[in-house]
Amino acid sequence: MRDGMVGAWPICLGYVPIGMALGVLARQAGLTPFDIGLMSLLVFAGSAQFICVAMIGEGASALSIILTTFVINFRHVLMSSSLAPHLYGVRRSFLALFAYGVTDESYAINMTRFRQGGWDHWRALVLHHSANTTWFVASVTGALAGSLIPQGAFGLDFALPAMFLALLVYQFQNRIHIITALIAAVVSVTCYLTIPGDGFAVIAAIVAATCGYLLQRRRDRGRGA
Amino acid sequence: MNYPDYLYLLIGMGVVTYGPRMLPLVVLANRKLPQGVIDWLNFIPVAILSALVAPGLFTESTSRSFALGRLELLVAIPTLVFALKTRSLGGTVVFGMFLYWLGGILIT
Repeated sequence: MRDGMVGAWPICLGYVPIGMALGVLARQAGLTPFDIGLMSLLVFAGSAQFICVAMIGEGASALSIILTTFVINFRHVLMSSSLAPHLYGVRRSFLALFAYGVTDESYAINMTRFRQGGWDHWRALVLHHSANTTWFVASVTGALAGSLIPQGAFGLDFALPAMFLALLVYQFQNRIHIITALIAAVVSVTCYLTIPGDGFAVIAAIVAATCGYLLQRRRDRGRGA
Repeated sequence: MNYPDYLYLLIGMGVVTYGPRMLPLVVLANRKLPQGVIDWLNFIPVAILSALVAPGLFTESTSRSFALGRLELLVAIPTLVFALKTRSLGGTVVFGMFLYWLGGILIT
């Protein structure tokens, strides 16, 4: 229990300003604190919630908001798939509950911890729910009280990017992983600039992972010969 | 938007958010995957983390244009070096936040 909560602290730190910002924007779009709290519980997905609030403000149709949400969150298919080998043989009911909390942030931490060892699915679940609770409280607080934290305070806006950078470094097992990261960065930025919408992360991840896989296979074959 | 519509919206969003997270786990976690698939999935974390973080460093999100020299990138470089040297998650987060805060003060 404690390990999971301690593991979640960088996420929680980063969620406070973002969740509050979401609450402030939701309020401006005409949602009540209750509305946004309900959204944070039913749809635990930061970037999709921001876009949803913006689209509500613009009077978009429910269907177009739902479709947009689907496209934005489709990247989690990749994350859940790569978590699956670490959860081999775990009960389905547990997995169904666990899946609720799969976010970019919790995925990054859990994947790293699973690989380092000394981590299990219960700790991972506690981490999910610590993050979700923080997100819920932050978004409701933002809607209730406006932004209590002045914009840009304490560099909080950089907490999540810094966390992602550190977790990225943890993934560097060998040179091929570093090359994969570079390919992913280049493809992602290129797609982001040239293709409208939010497909950039998924496209870049698939392209880069395939490159990494092929490079590794070539290296292994070279060694075998 | 009236209230029932808002609830339908949330339920719809919830389903399309939860589905892609849940289905691969439930389908894949209870079977032995071919080694090739496991090897490929092994590259997903490094690929997707890099793909998620890179646009925030190298582009301007409002105009969606390429930008070198934004504060995010300037802070990310020493933060990355710090992460490589120390391998400390907490230290990197605090270090990055501090530099970003400092950079914000110096720029304004």
